[in-house]
Amino acid sequence: MLSYIIQRLFLMIPTMIGISIISFAIIQLPPGDYLTSVLAAMADSDVNFSDEQIAKMRANYGLDEPMIMQYVKWIWGIVSRGDFGYSFEWNRPVSELIWERMGSTLSISLLSLLFVWAVSLPIGIYSAVNRHSLGDHIATFFGFLGLAIPNFILALTLMYVSFKYFGQSVGGLYSPEFAEQPMSWAKFVDLLKHVWVPVVVIGTAGTAALIRILRANLTDELNKPYVLTARAKGLPEHTAILRYPVRVALNPFVSAIGWVLPQLISGITITAIVLNLPTAGPLLLRSLIAQDMYLAGSFILLMGMLTLIGMLLSDILLALLDPRIRFH
Amino acid sequence: MTDTYIHPIKDTDATPVLTVKNLSVDFHLRTHILHAVRKVSFALHKGKTMALVGESGSGKSVTTRAIMRLLDKEARQTSGEITLHGDDGDIRITDLDPKGKAIRQIRGRRIALIFQEPMSSLSPVHTIGSQIGEALRLHRGLSKREAMDETVKLLEQVEIKDPAAMAKRYTFEFSGGMRQRAMIAMALACDPDVLIADEPTTALDVTTQAEVMDLLKRLQEHRGMALLLITHDLGLVAEVADEVAVMRFGRLVERGPIDDIFHNPQTAYAKKLLASTMRLERPSELRDRRDRTSDPAVLSVRGLCKSFGVTNWRGQEIHAVRAVKDASFDLYPGESLGIVGESGSGKTTLGRMILRVIEPTAGEIGYRETDGRVSDVAAMDKPELAKFHRDVRLIFQDPFASLNPRMTIKQIIAEPLVVNGVMQGVELEARVGELLELVGMDRGAMERYPHAFSGGQRQRFSIARSLALNPRIIIADEATSALDVSIRAQILDLLIELQKKLNLSFLFIAHDISVVRYFCDRVLVMHHGRIVEQGDAETVCTAPKEPYTKALLSAVPNPDPRDKRMVHRTKFVAEEV
Amino acid sequence: MKKHGSEIAMEEDKPKITRLTDGAGSDIEVAGQWRLIWLKFRQNRVALFAGWVIFFFYGVALFCEFLAPTLPTVAQPRLTYAPPQEIGLFIEDETGQRRFQLHVNGYAMTVDPESLRRSFTSDPANIIPIGFFVRGEAYDMWGLIPMDRHLIGPLDPSDQMNLLGTDKLGRDMLTRLIYGARVSMSIGLIGVISSLIIGTVLGALSGYFGGWVDLAVQRLIEIISAMPTIPLWLGFAAAIPLTWSPLQVYFIITLIVSLLAWTSLAREVRGRFLSLRREDFVTAAKLDGSSTGRVIFRHILPSLTSHILAVTTLAIPTMIVAETALSFLGIGLKPPVVSWGVLLQDAQNIRTISSAPWLLIWPSLAVISVVLAFNFLGDGLRDAADPYDS
Repeated sequence: MLSYIIQRLFLMIPTMIGISIISFAIIQLPPGDYLTSVLAAMADSDVNFSDEQIAKMRANYGLDEPMIMQYVKWIWGIVSRGDFGYSFEWNRPVSELIWERMGSTLSISLLSLLFVWAVSLPIGIYSAVNRHSLGDHIATFFGFLGLAIPNFILALTLMYVSFKYFGQSVGGLYSPEFAEQPMSWAKFVDLLKHVWVPVVVIGTAGTAALIRILRANLTDELNKPYVLTARAKGLPEHTAILRYPVRVALNPFVSAIGWVLPQLISGITITAIVLNLPTAGPLLLRSLIAQDMYLAGSFILLMGMLTLIGMLLSDILLALLDPRIRFH
Repeated sequence: MTDTYIHPIKDTDATPVLTVKNLSVDFHLRTHILHAVRKVSFALHKGKTMALVGESGSGKSVTTRAIMRLLDKEARQTSGEITLHGDDGDIRITDLDPKGKAIRQIRGRRIALIFQEPMSSLSPVHTIGSQIGEALRLHRGLSKREAMDETVKLLEQVEIKDPAAMAKRYTFEFSGGMRQRAMIAMALACDPDVLIADEPTTALDVTTQAEVMDLLKRLQEHRGMALLLITHDLGLVAEVADEVAVMRFGRLVERGPIDDIFHNPQTAYAKKLLASTMRLERPSELRDRRDRTSDPAVLSVRGLCKSFGVTNWRGQEIHAVRAVKDASFDLYPGESLGIVGESGSGKTTLGRMILRVIEPTAGEIGYRETDGRVSDVAAMDKPELAKFHRDVRLIFQDPFASLNPRMTIKQIIAEPLVVNGVMQGVELEARVGELLELVGMDRGAMERYPHAFSGGQRQRFSIARSLALNPRIIIADEATSALDVSIRAQILDLLIELQKKLNLSFLFIAHDISVVRYFCDRVLVMHHGRIVEQGDAETVCTAPKEPYTKALLSAVPNPDPRDKRMVHRTKFVAEEV
Repeated sequence: MKKHGSEIAMEEDKPKITRLTDGAGSDIEVAGQWRLIWLKFRQNRVALFAGWVIFFFYGVALFCEFLAPTLPTVAQPRLTYAPPQEIGLFIEDETGQRRFQLHVNGYAMTVDPESLRRSFTSDPANIIPIGFFVRGEAYDMWGLIPMDRHLIGPLDPSDQMNLLGTDKLGRDMLTRLIYGARVSMSIGLIGVISSLIIGTVLGALSGYFGGWVDLAVQRLIEIISAMPTIPLWLGFAAAIPLTWSPLQVYFIITLIVSLLAWTSLAREVRGRFLSLRREDFVTAAKLDGSSTGRVIFRHILPSLTSHILAVTTLAIPTMIVAETALSFLGIGLKPPVVSWGVLLQDAQNIRTISSAPWLLIWPSLAVISVVLAFNFLGDGLRDAADPYDS
């Protein structure tokens, strides 16, 4: 088991490097660099610098070094000191800006994952066992609908509906009166009142997808001879189904962390922008528009790493769940 | 339509445990209703074995599911009653709710079931012990610990070594035979009155089959169970059954004591079925049995080896599996050479190496061209190999997988002619028609797709394709094992006729010894990658010299109830594994 | 073929069957792959309907100049955020007689004295007759043929007809929605074609050759699918220089969207290739003497095309949603280009939505119905893609 985990970790390294390269590429992608936009802004207000001054600033920011050196420096800074670079727009180190935002991103993603599991498991089992029943058709239809509605449209619709019919604004994570207060029970309750909206919005597509996968897998498993063996043993129907085929069909459920998590993080990015949540999304968009690239790149890097860790966890869970993987 | 022919049963003292009367089951499919079982009646007796025999699709398995009330959703029982007789009165199983408590009390406790595929009929994610223990806890109310102790005892009874440790293992850690033993242990856990074994040994090798059947028989006698054996293998029936029921297309055609069925069959179908089985018990009469070993060999294989490297995750080789070790033999023009072995013996690898579909690790394959020149196939470059492939052709086992479903029969058979630029247009069409007639098919088949044909017919197309380029050697890899027994003999006869007509040499790879005996002049016996014996087919099959061959042959069931070979078989103790 | 003599003929030569429907007949025996797929697909009513829906939307995209009542750029400064009008069928003339005449009611404007916001209500007294094939704003059909006929519109071109309301500049929503279909629907199509090419080529290479090629492609796929898509799209799209022309932006957005979507296609193709490569009929083709190219194109690809078609269909909605999301966030397509995402950009905040919900409803409905239709169609195609498994 330990060697299996180590093996997985080793396999992750090239992917990690790939993700960091992509993130760095995004940092480098906009034409010119940060200095160009600063200078342009300065020029607008009639402040001009001599070439010598510009070159000095370039060296200051490390912008005069070759691309590979800049990449290596950036990565080394992250690995050795947790230094993600400097946000030129906020005039603060990136690391001061991202952690809180990433924390709330992660918490909402995890909440959504729990929501996805909690909803899709019973519905998926019901659909597979009662194939082509009325309930199954309804679940299938809503599944398709859930997959078809883009996150931000769902968020906007929920916002509109709750505003129009309940006279309530659902943006943000806290009501204005709690926003600046320290954490308390009342604040927590207020949080729960708000947090369900993003959780439902982000989780819907994943739930729909997982229901379909579970239904398909479980349908396959239900036709396997070992289910007949379980029934022939004299087990009651629900025990025979829950203990055997459902147990085997859970595999894709666990491996879903690997692909649902990127979806959730992707979903929360845009949903947070619509609902104005204090997560990574709005800040990322703002930094991209302002071309504050170290901040933007760091967000993208961390989001990639997060899904990678999710995949690792799902692999480990899968091995715990399924002896066939564990023993290979 | 005729009813079942019933031979009178002489000894009437046996007490019936289960009676099936007038059972009919329909399958409601989207476009049609399939009458899978029609008015089937029979009885099982204490301590006796009833064999339900039939080819694929005859309704055997559906009958067993009906007994357990485990039919699929699409299936409806339209008539009949099934009664379980016991000391405490009779139970009409057909009256019970399929999901109710009453039937669950019977399943696993009074009637137990064993399936064909022991891998898929055991859960992959639970230990063997937990799966067996479950039945014990359910029906005998044992605690977890008691169930474990009892499970170990059961595993011991089915002769699994080190039962305590094996109970903690998973299905995939067991070999095929061990899995089936575990399955038997599970079925016997609650000492049932009736054991239904649905093709219990079909997925196993003959020697394993002999061991498992032997065990099953002994346990049955010891416990006085009634055994319902579902099988397509008449040899196996002759070895173990007391009574036989022959099914075809859902109907019970003929039923009676084993000796009557085998030596005095009354219905045309039973006669035909027996005839095609018995025909394969001796060399074919069509064959022209001449010794050809004095001619120069068309193919001579010397010291051929193949090892597959097993690597760890860093790509380092941990150890090598030697699939074929130092194989040497000759194939003479116009002869059929059989390669016999159990699964994993390396026979398929050997066949594929000769064609270089699998690259040999070492050794030489000498091919004697028509002009007498001998060239080494193992050293051929691409164009030479392409030329070699025109002379040496392969017929596959599965006629459903070997024909591209998206091409017409004409395109499939013409493919080798087209890609080798031999002919085109009208000439091509004429040649395809000629080939179709050669394999006994109608020219009208040309424009159709493979899905329009049965397995036997598809195998004929496969043969036609292999003949298109006028080959000299045909390697037939289990070419008849996917076919029902009645079709099998026809295809073999076709191959013999073609051999005589076209002077072909066959390398006939098979696990089925009777087929090899019927078809081949000489035979190689392979075991663990090594050729252990070779010689004249009839001699090897009747008077083998090597201990492994002896053991293998004695494990083959003999389709004659008066001469039970398998029960008195010789066991082979391997010196190396 | 049952009459063939060499198979055993008995009292009964096949299982007993009661037909519930008329059998498809013997032409099944000579039916090729696409006919079998069609026969199987046809049974799926929902997928069939979805196919028609998609056909309809592409029709709208193709003929948008003619179908739209006016031009997407025509602003009516006095009619900002005007609500949708209803079509009436009958009007009463002075004599009180009812006669058939399609019409809409004009607007009555009230100004809130406090906020100075204008709001519009339907004015039954102001009847605007409308009709089909009316003359209206002049346009060039497909940029080529000068025309001025519109499918539907007010009989008097100076009247206003806004069946789905207007936006903040008083532009007709219906017109913009119809023009938006052209951009949004075509982005899906072009995007999917480019990701199909990337996906098929890489997937086939990786599946056929295996070894290090496979390893490299697999790693690449893994990296791309580990990245959350929206942040990545944002990252790439933000790099598009503001100075680029709308057409350049259109193509680069298509490219960005397809660059990240090819992975699922490549995976599918690779998986199928791997399993097909081991099929007996492929080995048979090799032994028949077929070259590598012939094995791939004649024997393997025909088995793949139906599956590729299904996966492609399922990938199109992802592209459409991606474009919509990017444009919605303001870093994809930008006005004056009209796409559904650009339309939704106007529906960003709750105040606009609550006073003019049609800005959210119609573009959303268009996106959702297209995505839903593609999903149903793709699912139907996937189920029918292999007509040979029992």
